[in-house]
Amino acid sequence: MSVLVIAEYCSEGLKSATLNAISAGLQLGKVDVLVVGYDVKSVAQEVSKAQGIEKVILVDDKIYEGGVAENISLLVADMADDYTHILAPATTIGKSVIPRIAVLKDCQAISEITEIISEKSFKRPIYAGNAIITIETSDEKVFATIRSTAFEAVELSSSSSIEEKPAGTDTALTKFISSELVKSDRPELTSAKTIISGGRAISSAESFALIGKIADKLGGAVGASRAAVDSGFASNDCQVGQTGKVVAPDLYIAVGISGAIQHLAGMKDSKIIVAINNDKDAPIFQVADYALEQDLFEVLPELEQSL
Amino acid sequence: MRVIVPIKKVIDSNMQIRIKADKTGIEDSGVKMAMNPFCEIALEEAIRLKEAGKATEVVAVCVGNQKSEDVLRSAFAMGADRCILIVTENKIEPIDVAKTIATVARHETPGLIITGKQTIDDDNNQTGQMISALLGWPQITFASEISLENDKIISRREIDGGAQKVESKLPAVITADLRLNEPRYASLPNIMKAKKRTIESATIEQMGIETKSRIKIINIEEPPQRKAGVKVSDVKELIEKLKNEAKVI
Ligand SMILES: Cc1cc2nc3c(=O)[nH]c(=O)nc-3n(C[C@H](O)[C@H](O)[C@H](O)COP(=O)(O)OP(=O)(O)OC[C@H]3O[C@@H](n4cnc5c(N)ncnc54)[C@H](O)[C@@H]3O)c2cc1C
Ligand SMILES: Nc1ncnc2c1ncn2[C@@H]1O[C@H](COP(=O)(O)O)[C@@H](O)[C@H]1O
Repeated sequence: MSVLVIAEYCSEGLKSATLNAISAGLQLGKVDVLVVGYDVKSVAQEVSKAQGIEKVILVDDKIYEGGVAENISLLVADMADDYTHILAPATTIGKSVIPRIAVLKDCQAISEITEIISEKSFKRPIYAGNAIITIETSDEKVFATIRSTAFEAVELSSSSSIEEKPAGTDTALTKFISSELVKSDRPELTSAKTIISGGRAISSAESFALIGKIADKLGGAVGASRAAVDSGFASNDCQVGQTGKVVAPDLYIAVGISGAIQHLAGMKDSKIIVAINNDKDAPIFQVADYALEQDLFEVLPELEQSL
Repeated sequence: MRVIVPIKKVIDSNMQIRIKADKTGIEDSGVKMAMNPFCEIALEEAIRLKEAGKATEVVAVCVGNQKSEDVLRSAFAMGADRCILIVTENKIEPIDVAKTIATVARHETPGLIITGKQTIDDDNNQTGQMISALLGWPQITFASEISLENDKIISRREIDGGAQKVESKLPAVITADLRLNEPRYASLPNIMKAKKRTIESATIEQMGIETKSRIKIINIEEPPQRKAGVKVSDVKELIEKLKNEAKVI
């Protein structure tokens, strides 16, 4: 089997989800990594250290700035003949390009794989993780996104060659204008070891700041329920859940979050879950390892003081 | 400008799902069904474009069995001008849905197709991307804000770590993010009127689409269940347990 993994990155560099996707790829066969974008040489350098890979292919051109899916898809579709599997982490670029490349090759894509059974058979969650389906594809090639929390990341401790390739066709369909990235000194949500998330009950952005302070003491990231994001306490990219981010840290602390299935979909694979809620019947308690039934406005200041 | 909104009928998001005894599907008889929430957002956006004078007609299209008519009635009640049901009794995969919608689009020549970003049953997040690839149109995934200017569209997309602004040519395919808008509730008089409206209909075969099952379901199982843990009485005990028992802080 020969596997191509499309790397995901951001302005800070390589996204660690790429390393989880590589590890999934290595279960299938030999792995090449494609870094396509604009001004992404350093990303190629970084990922070339990933253990176990054959080589990195770098395509650096302004037509890929901001991850323009139409152009990336054409490029990868042209490379597809050399590979049996084309994988990407289930992150923004991966989700945008994998279905598009698949259909250009008349194949059905497979989203958010959590387990590899064989080269053509995979497990993935459906219904917000309330069921796990095992499927087998009869398509000639596999185009899939990889759920990063389900695969260990490979280490960055080796070195392989970087092969530069010229850009493909510019479809000129979509042009990147600008990006607004949320600046934060905290670890990134999807790779953080500790996450503290707040829900609707936090009631104000000021109180939500306390969640941030505790996160800093724990060296962790801040998450939020949809209700907290919609109320404006936290930014969109903090949302954990079916339509937000899927996380699986060592420690997840849910504060004033009821535990709706759409929220659980994003965090129930965390190692240790702590729930802080004043309603003993809150569904979040059914998945919590440690349940503290108390008013969060008493708990948060005390927690912040004692850490 | 015409806007097409592809709509899927799914099990209502508040329902607890049950896996069928033979482990090859999810029980859907006697279960409350609804329009996929992201399709509601897509439809709302199309209706707002019409209300703002930027679109002339909103056409909702569903690929599904005969019983999917009721989500199209909901689409009429929200404000769709026309509804089309492409009938297939088989469960079909995103690639075939995309081929069907692309074929409808070639007949209807819309300026925009707005899909939901994902269905909440299969959680695919694929169909919009596939439609745009088949038509060779721009794709704007996870749109949270759009504005039309003559022959182009400026969009804000939700991306990991923030947002991004892009400019695309028209016609284009947009996939609606949660934060594109807050869909309206249909009024009772509109729900009543929708019952009398005519749904245009054709079979998937009449559309010339050859569907093919590429993905075989081997098994569907429950996810591993977590055991409920222990109660702690205060912050002090919590910290003690996290330090010494779980060893995570
Ligand atoms: C299609 C779709 C997608 C969705 N995607 C997501 C998603 O990705 N992520 C997500 O989170 N949600 C998502 N949702 C929304 C989800 O269904 C819930 O509405 C949401 O998670 C509720 O957020 P919450 O728990 O903060 O608020 P609530 O459900 O209102 O819960 C607040 C909790 O705080 C507790 N509380 C109140 N006061 C206090 C106090 N003083 N001290 C301690 N506890 C207190 C209450 O007992 C309650 O349990 C989605 C919904 C749909 C339909
Ligand atoms: N059977 C269908 N009929 C019409 N539209 C669909 C259908 N399936 C998916 N879609 C559209 O594609 C979007 C994304 O679905 P999916 O790719 O299945 O997650 C949905 O929100 C709909 O807009």
